[in-house]
Amino acid sequence: MAVWKFASCDGCQLTLLNCEDELLPIAGEVEIVYFREATRADGKGPYDLSLVDGSITTPRDAAAIQEIRKRSKYLVSIGACATAGGIQALRNFRDVKEFVSMVYATPAYINTLEKSTPIAAHVPVDYELRGCPINKNQLIEVIRAYLQGRKPVIPSHSVCIDCKRKGNICVMVAHGTPCLGPVTHTGCGVLCPSYNRGCYGCFGPMETPNTGSLSEGWRRLGTNEADLLRVFRNFNADAEAFRKESLRHEEKDHPG
Amino acid sequence: MKKKTIRVDHLARVEGEGALTVTIKDGQVVDAQLRIFEPPRFFEAFLRGRSFTEAADITSRICGICPVAYQMSAVHAMEDACGVKVDGSLRALRRLIYCGEWIESHVLHIYMLHAPDFLGYAGAIEMAKDHAGIVQRGLQIKKAGNAIISLMGGRSIHPINVRLGGFFKTPTKRELASLTDRLLWARDAAVETVRWAATLPFPDYERDYEFVALRHPDEYPFNEGRLVSNKGLDLSVREYDEHFEEEQVPHSNALHSKIRGRGGYFVGPMARYNLNFDRLSPLAQEAARAAGLGPACRNPFKGILIRGVEVVYAFDEALRIIAAYEAPEHPAVPVLPRPAVGYAATEAPRGTLYHRYRIDEQGTILDAKIVPPTSQNQKVMEDDLRRVVEKEIDLPQEKLTWRCEQTIRNYDPCISCSTHFLRLEIRRG
Ligand code: SF4
Ligand code: SF4
Repeated sequence: MAVWKFASCDGCQLTLLNCEDELLPIAGEVEIVYFREATRADGKGPYDLSLVDGSITTPRDAAAIQEIRKRSKYLVSIGACATAGGIQALRNFRDVKEFVSMVYATPAYINTLEKSTPIAAHVPVDYELRGCPINKNQLIEVIRAYLQGRKPVIPSHSVCIDCKRKGNICVMVAHGTPCLGPVTHTGCGVLCPSYNRGCYGCFGPMETPNTGSLSEGWRRLGTNEADLLRVFRNFNADAEAFRKESLRHEEKDHPG
Repeated sequence: MKKKTIRVDHLARVEGEGALTVTIKDGQVVDAQLRIFEPPRFFEAFLRGRSFTEAADITSRICGICPVAYQMSAVHAMEDACGVKVDGSLRALRRLIYCGEWIESHVLHIYMLHAPDFLGYAGAIEMAKDHAGIVQRGLQIKKAGNAIISLMGGRSIHPINVRLGGFFKTPTKRELASLTDRLLWARDAAVETVRWAATLPFPDYERDYEFVALRHPDEYPFNEGRLVSNKGLDLSVREYDEHFEEEQVPHSNALHSKIRGRGGYFVGPMARYNLNFDRLSPLAQEAARAAGLGPACRNPFKGILIRGVEVVYAFDEALRIIAAYEAPEHPAVPVLPRPAVGYAATEAPRGTLYHRYRIDEQGTILDAKIVPPTSQNQKVMEDDLRRVVEKEIDLPQEKLTWRCEQTIRNYDPCISCSTHFLRLEIRRG
């Protein structure tokens, strides 16, 4: 197994090192031959399983992911950066040159692409695991499923469904706190509502979310267009359903 | 003229992507570069136009290893802008979640990233084949740190419970007390860790650094204090920009930080320790003394020991906070926006993390400046590389290369942070 990383906060690959009880058993079953954050070992492949963290933002990385795909039998992208471009995809809505000059005095030294794109935009991906960051139990399930030669069992319904199953008091209904749970992909264990907070969508959109109707609900709670725009344009800003919804609020925010 | 290069194209066991190049001509080091090629992610640019309430969650995504540090610097800077001070048990809980992060991050570094260097293993998983009990102990201590963050924040990477004015939900006394037994075990194991780390073979290397860290009147620093150095600096955080500057260098995507008119400086556990030994708990001081450390230490390879001492402290402090805790009436105090500039520096596991924001009357962020610890340490890391190679120039190439990597890993550099920001190569001639 190999673990790769592109533009990201390292959090998703760290999730593997945070499997305190499972790490050594996993290492007993799969040989980890490439994982920069953990080892100097430099196995050249081919790899049976590649986990890829991070989004593609430089010409060098765009070339590297092609190589990794060629050398990997099974490739799984992990986390919001690798599956949706991540928070750094906020540049996709703006002119990246403007960003470079805001942060660096000599922009000419910086070589970056105009867009931050998910792995699947570059190479075929065998499985995508969502979350910012991913959930450790889901990561273990993906590795276990691979070892057993089956598909990972990861639900794709909304956070809202699990929230109700968990018996939480709905923060939206009971407290008027806007919550993205109804349109967000489950997997976190329903964290935010359990802490009296509205979901902010860190697992990205669920399958076929009704974002328009949720925006309507948020409006009734007093959320304005500018805030709606920000809500959808966040850690999964360039995931299709969220991108489309955010664009709708952009139009309304700047009429004409 | 003989030229030789030591290069490491991909530094391992650091967070993020970096490389090293050291160029040696006629037995002299002519250049040492730590290159950071982690792609830039432009956080400061896209924070503009966001709401002041979002900064904590957004900036935590700069780094998955120390998200709490970003959250703490962000909320404190915003509260500074809005003239709010968070006190009492909410303040204590913020120290508590920071204890969790120091433990988790330091123990990861001690056992999984740094110890393998001293013992000659590629990584902790390889080390576990011969030293399973030691690696297991490390993992279990780390787990105790993560348990603190998870209870306080929902999860240990990008916790969701931190907000302006405090938290979304505060724990009950009983919930916190449920951690006690595990923390007591882990504190003993941390003392044991320092004792074990003291037996590692340390290269004999010392330098007269300028250490910079926060200093608080009566606490070992987490979220507050004045910025002080062992060479006379003593500032309020608001004066940071007057005394520190960042410069861009062609070989790195990370900006280099300097003290104006003076040059590189050292932030992190070693700086905190040298400037705040007297503020450590008696148990942490005792652990340090038993490991042969005095109140001052200038050997960066002994950073592993000092991290261990800070872990002992963090468990001690966490246990103290839990024992004294009374649940607050409200999980947060109100923070209302006003047009202002807010400043904060807190002590991330790897060192001082500075945030500055300008916001308007609605709380919209007009501009943001974030200086992570690794970009502050880059200059010192390059200077260390140069001196270490000069001193050990006769080592065979492979050993010297490893020594160079180890020199950088001393700093536990977080490269993802510094590009918000890294790359080793040694050239010999
Ligand atoms: S709190 Fe959010 S996720 Fe839970 S039921 Fe309400 S809307 Fe759904
Ligand atoms: S509730 Fe939503 S924002 Fe919160 S952790 Fe879960 S998916 Fe992420």
